[in-house]
Amino acid sequence: MIVGGGPVGHRVAERLCHHGHEGPVTLLDAEPGPAYHRVLLPALLDGSLTPADLNLPDLNDLNDLNDLPGVTVRHGVSAAGVDRRRQEVRTTEHDRLPYDTLVLATGARPHLPPVPGLRHASGWLIDGVTGLRSRTDCARVRGEEIVVLGGGPLGVEAAAALRRAGRRVTLVHPGPYPLDDRLDAGAGEVLTRHLAGLGVGLELGRIAAEVRPGKIALDDEWLLPWDTLLCCTGVRPRTRLAEAAGLAVRTGVLVDAEGRTNDPAVRAVGDCAEPGGSLYDGWEQAETVARSLTGASAPHGTAARRPVFRLRVPGLTLGVLGEGKGDAGDEIVTYRDPARGRYARLSLDATGRLRAGVLTGLPQALATLTQLYATDTPLPESRLALLLGRPAPRGGPLPELPPEAVVCRCNNVTKGALAAAWEEGARTREALAEATRATTGCGSCADDLKVLCREFAEVEA
Amino acid sequence: MGSGSSRAPNSPTPHPPSGPGAADGAAAAPGAAVATHCPYCALQCGTRLHPGAGPEEPLRVEPDAGFPVNRGGLCQKGWTAPAVLRAPDRLRTPLVRGRDGLLAPAGWDTALDAVAARLAEIRAAHGPDAVAVFGGGGLTNEKAYLLGKFARVALGTRMIDYNGRFCMSSAAAAGIAAFGLDRGLPFPVTDLGEADTVLLAGANPAETMPPLMRHLNKAGALVVVDPRRTATAERAALHLAPAPGTDLALALGLLHIAVTEGLVDEEYVRARTAGFDAAWRHAAGWWPERVELVTGVPADAQREAVRLLSGARRAYVLTGRGAEQHSKGTDTVAAFVNVALALGLPGRPGSGYGCLTGQGNGQGGREHGQKADQLPGYRHLTDPAARAHVAEVWGVAPESLPGPGLSAAELLDALGTAGGPRALLVFGSNPVVSAPDAARVQRRLAELDLLVVADFVPSETATMADVVLPVTQWAEEEGTLTNLEGRVLRRHRALSPPEGVRDDLAVLRELAVRLGEPPDRFPADPRRVFDELRRASRGGPADYSGISYARLDAGEALHWPCPEAPDGAAPHPGTPRLFLDRFAHEDGRARFQDVDHREPADARDDRFPLWATTGRQLQHYQSGAQTRRVPELVRAAPEATVELHPDTAARAGLAEGELARVRSARGAVLARVRLVATLRTDTVFLPFHFPGHGRANLLTGTALDPRSRMPEFKVSAVRVEPVEVLETAVPEPAVRSAAG
Repeated sequence: MIVGGGPVGHRVAERLCHHGHEGPVTLLDAEPGPAYHRVLLPALLDGSLTPADLNLPDLNDLNDLNDLPGVTVRHGVSAAGVDRRRQEVRTTEHDRLPYDTLVLATGARPHLPPVPGLRHASGWLIDGVTGLRSRTDCARVRGEEIVVLGGGPLGVEAAAALRRAGRRVTLVHPGPYPLDDRLDAGAGEVLTRHLAGLGVGLELGRIAAEVRPGKIALDDEWLLPWDTLLCCTGVRPRTRLAEAAGLAVRTGVLVDAEGRTNDPAVRAVGDCAEPGGSLYDGWEQAETVARSLTGASAPHGTAARRPVFRLRVPGLTLGVLGEGKGDAGDEIVTYRDPARGRYARLSLDATGRLRAGVLTGLPQALATLTQLYATDTPLPESRLALLLGRPAPRGGPLPELPPEAVVCRCNNVTKGALAAAWEEGARTREALAEATRATTGCGSCADDLKVLCREFAEVEA
Repeated sequence: MGSGSSRAPNSPTPHPPSGPGAADGAAAAPGAAVATHCPYCALQCGTRLHPGAGPEEPLRVEPDAGFPVNRGGLCQKGWTAPAVLRAPDRLRTPLVRGRDGLLAPAGWDTALDAVAARLAEIRAAHGPDAVAVFGGGGLTNEKAYLLGKFARVALGTRMIDYNGRFCMSSAAAAGIAAFGLDRGLPFPVTDLGEADTVLLAGANPAETMPPLMRHLNKAGALVVVDPRRTATAERAALHLAPAPGTDLALALGLLHIAVTEGLVDEEYVRARTAGFDAAWRHAAGWWPERVELVTGVPADAQREAVRLLSGARRAYVLTGRGAEQHSKGTDTVAAFVNVALALGLPGRPGSGYGCLTGQGNGQGGREHGQKADQLPGYRHLTDPAARAHVAEVWGVAPESLPGPGLSAAELLDALGTAGGPRALLVFGSNPVVSAPDAARVQRRLAELDLLVVADFVPSETATMADVVLPVTQWAEEEGTLTNLEGRVLRRHRALSPPEGVRDDLAVLRELAVRLGEPPDRFPADPRRVFDELRRASRGGPADYSGISYARLDAGEALHWPCPEAPDGAAPHPGTPRLFLDRFAHEDGRARFQDVDHREPADARDDRFPLWATTGRQLQHYQSGAQTRRVPELVRAAPEATVELHPDTAARAGLAEGELARVRSARGAVLARVRLVATLRTDTVFLPFHFPGHGRANLLTGTALDPRSRMPEFKVSAVRVEPVEVLETAVPEPAVRSAAG
């Protein structure tokens, strides 16, 4: 029994099928429609995808693949309560469903700041104010003037997406730059410049003081107009069900390495669990739980996932590897080219392994470092080549090549062999080809032979 | 003795010359050039063979400037191919293993009688499936066809497959699923030169088929997907270097970008394809930053690749073994095909998807029935209509044809096991070097009651055999091959084979007759075999019925399908370009395939922290049995090497030129260290052309693709370590003991 039809709950069901779980799986999904990729919501804001494009593969399709009982998905049904003694879930449809194992994947809900005027007296949000957690939330974004509260990853990605869609966007963030809890000042400067370059209005070091219909006052009394007020001010794990069932909860539902709560028949995964993490962590927890429940062996060689953050803004490469700034004794490598949006700060331990790093504007270096970091592999000796993303070019101009350098790879013809043929009287490209077979393979060295003919002639002159 | 055996083995069947360039019948007249094709890869470069300077160089090769595929180009392998004809250890007489365990020369009759007698015994004792056949993608169409017929009719065995399973099977499976038909390039090679963008996924033609680069150099931007910075990648406008085993994630990511950036050709997708939505459901989960995390290819580079393809007026997506030789090779190709379909490339003039076939007759070899599940004409062995048609051509009852057998890796793995084959006939293959988990293959071969190998040099597999049958080579025989663009080409004889050597067709005929088949059923004349092949292929997907030696010898460029025209009608012109109007599925639509990424079979851990990937070098072809016998090539590439990033080598305590041991869970390889600064630090590369302890396939595993049964050659978890001097004196692996 899985409660929660988000991407992580979906993944648990899918992996249970994959690993050949023999019993029936029931998934309660409070949402009426199919499960979808929440992480792609910014693509709805910029119009590059339609809501239906976000749908995850239909779990019912898995049921045709084998003879197992398979997955039953109940849309629009959520769990109202859990009776752990009887091992039953009570649903909002008032039926009682027994379980052998219950997996909670209830996710998280947006956390909205306690700003005066944000809510009606009844507690409902005023018109035009929304979080950004669902397709429905995206549909609430309307009008030209958008104010985004909160410069975390979601706020930044949403602001950039809305700019791509041609809206006027202002990002209000209390820190000195967006993502200031993840980035140092060097990377923050690059990010700030990039967002400004996109035309995102930035109100940094500011918080909302009061919300009125169509206007928001910041703490410096500056007034911003808005048609939509998008609150990207963090999420809180949905733990009400777990708490009511008497499970141990701190911020999220407390779990062990295999997702077990303090009741071994109940597991929790994804955003509702603690420790939680990114979507990738959620997917990995889903895999771990599915393996644990089906008795499939743990995948060998997987160490604990290491924290990698990659901002998803097209045109800007920004990544944070690890947490914190490294240790005092670490080797520090920095690179700074703010005019071109490039910045890197790497902190390496004594073995040359990356402990923490922040990079912007260095796509190949970030991609390579991410993989080295994820596998805890030491960095190449040449930090410069790594940051440039490519080894320094080899060789030099043709005339400087030594005689043993191969000019025609297809026929393994060296510069020395060509020189010897020249001496023997082969004085044109065609004659050199006839004598040595150079240029007769892929033909790419034809121009090189022209250059060499000139060089040989000059040496002779 | 069959009637054919009275003929002197080196005097060919006479028949009249048939048009310009033909050199049928006897060795070429003195001074005359014989038009034929290079013996090696699937480009089948056109060459003219002139009489050579002397016994060391029996022929001189001149590349054919008029043949459109190579346009006068030839690589070092092609130039030096005649050296194999006079390899010092060329097999010139049958060899039979004696009671002393040694192979000793024997007469043809003795050898063939011995083989036939043992085959009959084994079949009588254990049933027809106790005899297995292993063919090759280098065999001519005629040989491949007759080998399949021999297995199904003379031996009555289900157990036949071939080394093309290690080569083309993933692309073939994905191509059939997508388009309803598999022809490597569904367009002529020359079309590539007109392209604005060509994406090469896991192909390194600058080394594996250099003259192809003549076309690609003319094209606009080259986008190369390869974990290594290969000679081809060096020429690319954009090189994407995914971690080994992650190409599928990359391809899914490219489709994702095509959708989110609005680059999908929606009109084409609507009009000419089916299944987009299901394919997208999986690609939806592969946004560029996630792909970057898994593959190591920057998100920006992924976007650039898609823009280069979609912004081109003419664009191609081509796959090679790098994408295909995985336990998910079919799905990986399918994912690249999905990208091509989303951008509206296949079946549009000047654009398309294709795979770069590897072996010389890798295309024809997969069409004429040496594959476990197949009958001539690219027909399915399980299709009752196909069985009836072929059985009629063969003059046997349809129900006498056996059903599908095991795929290559599974077949090799079953040899000598309880219930597995007890005897194996090998034609044109060297699995001891080229099959995955080579040490295990060697152990399985050693368990056989009878191993028969037909080859022209003592390959590593031949040296394990109980009987070795010496056969002809390219320049000594007539026949046809089908190149990577589905064009059927004539191979012409320029030279008489050495005395004591016979054509494979004659060998099959002799064996068939000894096994009780009527001589007429197994002609040894390639022209007669081809005529029968034409009839057997008639009406099949790969229809050759309108192709004749006469038309080919007259210089016609015939790409299959080429059905026979009705009486009085003009001959069918062949089909250079497929799918222009419709795809080969019943509804005419191409199929998007619903695929998702998965991890390789191996996982890296503390014991095996690196990825090993295997591949080819310019100087060598396949298992190297031919090219390792050419002094010029051996000088350039003499021994097994392992390419390492300098940091990876330093960490392992290795320096350039030292001997390293590369070890996987399956076995260990000894190889010379070559430092390559452009390699990923997590990846090492080994060419697979070398024998003994240098066999890269000692490392590879037998995890198979569920659809194509392709083994996972391209990704194995390994470690690399120095070799202590004393340890280097280990003996070669034991060869097969005396026949038992």
